[in-house]
Amino acid sequence: MMEALIQLKIKRQDSPDSKPYWEEFTLEHKPSANIISCLQDVARNPVNRSNQTVPPVVWESNCLEEVCGSCTMVINGRVRQACTALVDQLQQPIVLEPMSKFPLIRDLQVDRSRMFENLKKVQAWIHIDGTHEIGVGPTIPEKQRDKSYVLSECMTCGCCLEACPQFTLTNNFMGAATFSQVRLFNMHPTGAMEKEERLEAVMGEGGIAHCGNAQVCVEVCPKNIPLTESIAEIGRQTFLQLLKNLFLK
Amino acid sequence: MAKRTKRFIVIGGGLAGLAVTMKLCEAKAEVLLVSYQAVKRSHSVCAQGGINAAIDTKGEGDSPEIHFYDTVKGGDFLAHQPPVRDMCFQAPAIIHLMDRLGVPFNRTPEGHLEFRRFGGTLYSRTAFSGATTGQQLLYALDEQVRKHEHDGLVTKMEWHEYLGAVLDADGVCRGAVLHDLRTGAIFSEGGDAVVLATGGPSQVYGKTTGSTVCNGAAAMSAYLQGAKYANGEFIQIHPTAIPGQDKLRLMSESARGEGGRIWVPRQAGDPRDPLTIPEGERYYFLEENHPLFGNLVPRDVASREIHDVVYNQKLGVGGKSMVYLDLTHHTEEYLEDRLGGILDIYQKFTGDDPKKVPMKIFPAVHYSMGGIWTDYEDDGHGLIDHKSPRNQMTSIPGLYAAGEADYQYHGANRLGANSLLSCIYTGLMMGPGLINYSKNLTRHYEDIPTTVFSQARLNWEGRFQAIKKMKGKENPHQLHQELGEVLLAHVMIVRENSKLEKAIIQISDIETRFSDIQCLDTSDWANPEPSFVNQLHLMIHLAKIIAKGALVRNEFRGAHYKPEFDLKQPPKFDPHEFVDYLEQQQYGETDESAFPPDHQAYMKRFEENNKRWLKTTIAQIKNNQPEISYESVNTSLVTPRPRKYD
Repeated sequence: MMEALIQLKIKRQDSPDSKPYWEEFTLEHKPSANIISCLQDVARNPVNRSNQTVPPVVWESNCLEEVCGSCTMVINGRVRQACTALVDQLQQPIVLEPMSKFPLIRDLQVDRSRMFENLKKVQAWIHIDGTHEIGVGPTIPEKQRDKSYVLSECMTCGCCLEACPQFTLTNNFMGAATFSQVRLFNMHPTGAMEKEERLEAVMGEGGIAHCGNAQVCVEVCPKNIPLTESIAEIGRQTFLQLLKNLFLK
Repeated sequence: MAKRTKRFIVIGGGLAGLAVTMKLCEAKAEVLLVSYQAVKRSHSVCAQGGINAAIDTKGEGDSPEIHFYDTVKGGDFLAHQPPVRDMCFQAPAIIHLMDRLGVPFNRTPEGHLEFRRFGGTLYSRTAFSGATTGQQLLYALDEQVRKHEHDGLVTKMEWHEYLGAVLDADGVCRGAVLHDLRTGAIFSEGGDAVVLATGGPSQVYGKTTGSTVCNGAAAMSAYLQGAKYANGEFIQIHPTAIPGQDKLRLMSESARGEGGRIWVPRQAGDPRDPLTIPEGERYYFLEENHPLFGNLVPRDVASREIHDVVYNQKLGVGGKSMVYLDLTHHTEEYLEDRLGGILDIYQKFTGDDPKKVPMKIFPAVHYSMGGIWTDYEDDGHGLIDHKSPRNQMTSIPGLYAAGEADYQYHGANRLGANSLLSCIYTGLMMGPGLINYSKNLTRHYEDIPTTVFSQARLNWEGRFQAIKKMKGKENPHQLHQELGEVLLAHVMIVRENSKLEKAIIQISDIETRFSDIQCLDTSDWANPEPSFVNQLHLMIHLAKIIAKGALVRNEFRGAHYKPEFDLKQPPKFDPHEFVDYLEQQQYGETDESAFPPDHQAYMKRFEENNKRWLKTTIAQIKNNQPEISYESVNTSLVTPRPRKYD
C-alpha cells in the first residue's frame, strides 16, 4: 500500500572528526519518488521532524540513472544506488546511512579515491603507441566482446567493497572491483601484453590471496557483474603466474 | 636553460576534457584537470546509443561527405560548414582510436565493428557498445588519463569547481579561480590556456535528461566576463524519455535504431492493454507521416509530431501526455544484446519489462546546440587547419571551449550519436592548436604580476562571503525548480512570442527574488550550498539568453519551432527543386513555369527567410541583460535548402 507520507531517518555527520547523529524528516509522498527526489525535497524545505530548520543533507549524485556510480549509500541496511531505490519498494521509515568502508566526508558523502588509486596499482589501462592514426583496432569475436562489456560496466560505485568482509576502512585489500578490472584488461588482445605486470600487482599486498570468498560482492553489484567469476579467474591466472615465476625465472 | 614545460588547465572530465588532456599529455605538456567529482562520473556516461562515423562496413555506400551533409541538413544549415565537415572526416579515425583504447564496441560475426541505424540518416553509421556507449567511451579515456596521471603529467583536482577565468590587463586568460568543494578554499592557478569542457546546461530547465552537474555555470561565468554565447535558443528536446520525479531518464534513440516503433491507439483514450490492440487500430504516426525515414526522423521532427499527437489530436496514451515506444516484435535475446542497459533502466524505474510491453515515453529537454562561441581556422579546402591556435578559442584570448559547452557542430538541431563524436573530436582536434598557442605566447602566466591572480581570488572570496551572508526568505532549490518550470512552460517544443514575453517577465521576477535568497548552510566544510546559490545566479542569466534569443528569432529553424513563422512547405515539394531554382537564378532568368506556383512562392519565402535568419545568434552581457546580435554562417560547401524527411 502506498503511504501518504514518507518517513526518512538519516545518519548525519558534519565532518570526518565530528560525532554522527540521526535526523528524521517527513515528506509528502509523490508518484515514482526515489531516494534522490526525497533528498531534493529535503533541500527545498530543510525542516526536520522536530520542526527545526537544518542544513540540507549532503550526498553525492550525478546521472540519476545508475550509470555514473555516484549515489551509493546504505539504504535500509543494504548498500545500493540511491537513484534506483524507489520509495514504494522500501520499508518505512527509510533509513539512510553513508558507506562505512570509506573515509567519511560529510553526511552521506564518502571519499572513494582508494578505488581509483587501486586502478593505478594494477595498470587498468591499455598501452597504446599513440593517439595518431594507425588504422583499425584488433579483430575481436563478439562472444569475447560481450564478456568484456559486462566487466566494463563497472562504475566504481563501491557496493562490492562495502559488502565485503575483507575490505575495511584501514587495511589495503583491493577488493572485487579491482580484480574484475584486471580480468577485463587481461582479456583484451592489446591489454594482455601487460598481463604479467597486472598479475604481479594483485599478487602483492592487499591482493587476491586475501579474498575470503564470502561471495557477497556479487550479490550487491547493481550491474550484475560476475565478480566471483572474476575473482576465480584472477586466482587461476595468478596461480599460473606463480608457477611461471618459480620455474621460469 | 631547461626547456619550459607547457601547462594547461582543463575544466571538466567528460569526453571532451579527457580527450584534450590525453592529447596535451602526449605532447609532453602538464595538465591540471578540474572536476566537480571523480571524472569517471561525468555526464558523458549517460550517452547511450552510439557514436557516428561513416566507415561503411555494410556496403551501403556511406561516406564522410554524406555524414557531413546529413549533419548540416539535420541542423537546418545553421552550423559553420568547414568544422562540421572536418569532424565527419575525422570520425572514422576517432572510432578506430577508441577501439584501440579498448572500448568494447559491438562486433559483426567476423569480429569487425558493428554499426546500427540512427535518426536523420539512411545509413548504418552508428558504432555502439551495448546501450551505454558514452560510459564505455568515457571509461577508455579516463583510463588513458589515469595512466598520464600515474606518469606525473596530469594533476587531477576532483571535488573542485571552476569559478572564473583570471584575465590580465590585456584581457588575456592566464589561469582560473578554483573552489575546493571540501575545504571551501578559493585559490587561483596559472596556465598557458584554460579549456572549458564543462558540458551542457540542461539544469536550467530543472527536470531534464541531464545530470545534476550539467548547470552551464562555467559557460555563464565566461559570458559574464565578456565571452560571446552563441545560439542559446536552440535547445534539443529528445522525443523519448521516461517521466520521473527527480529527472526524466533518456530512452535512447537506439531503441528506434533497432526497429522500435512509436504509436498511439487511433481511438482517443483507448483503455485496452496495448498488446491487444490490433495493428489496424494503431496510429504509427511517424511512419505514416514520414515514410522514408519513419521512426528515425531527426529529434526535432519526432518531438514536434509527438507534441502534435498528444496536445492537438488528443491521442496520448490513456488521455495522458505519453506515447508508446514498442520493441515487443523483437526476441528477448536480441534486445538484451543490443539494448540491454537501457531496457534494464526502464524496468528498474517503471516496473514494466519493455521486452514484453510497449514503453510509455514523452519528450524531454536533452541537449543544448548553443554554447560558448568558439573560433576555427579553415584550411581553404573545406576542412580545418588543425595547427591553428584559433580552433575552439572563445572570444576571450587563451580561454577555450570544447564539447557540449561550445556551439559549433550541430546548428539548429543535433543528430543522434553526433554528440559523442563532437566531444571527442573537439578535444582531440584542439590539442595541436593549444600547444601552438602556448608556443606563440611572448609572455607566460609566470610573467604576469601575482596581483592579477590574487585580485581574481579576492573577488571570488568576496562573492562567496556575500552569498553566505544571504539571509532572505527564498529557498534556492525551490527557486531553481520554479525557474525550470518557467522555461518548461514557455520555451519548449512549440514557441509563441506571447509566451516568450511572459517567460522573460517571469525570469526577471525570479531574478528579483534571487536577491532575497537564504543560503541554507554557512559552514565551511563540504558545503555545497554557497556554490549552488552562485550556480543558480548563473542559470538565471542563461535562462534570459535562451528566452530572449527565442523571442527575437522570428522564424522556424530546427529545434526552434514558431508556428507563426512556419514557411509551410507544400506537401509534394522536393528540396532539390530549390537547388535547381538557385541555379536558374544564377545562370539566367528564372523560368516561372518550371516550378508549380505554390512551390515557387514557397522557395521565395525560404530564400527571404534565410537572408534574414540564417545567422548565428550572439548574446553578450550588457547592463546585466543579454544583448542579441547576429553573425553570418559559413555555408560555402553545401547550399542550404529546405529540409524534408518523407
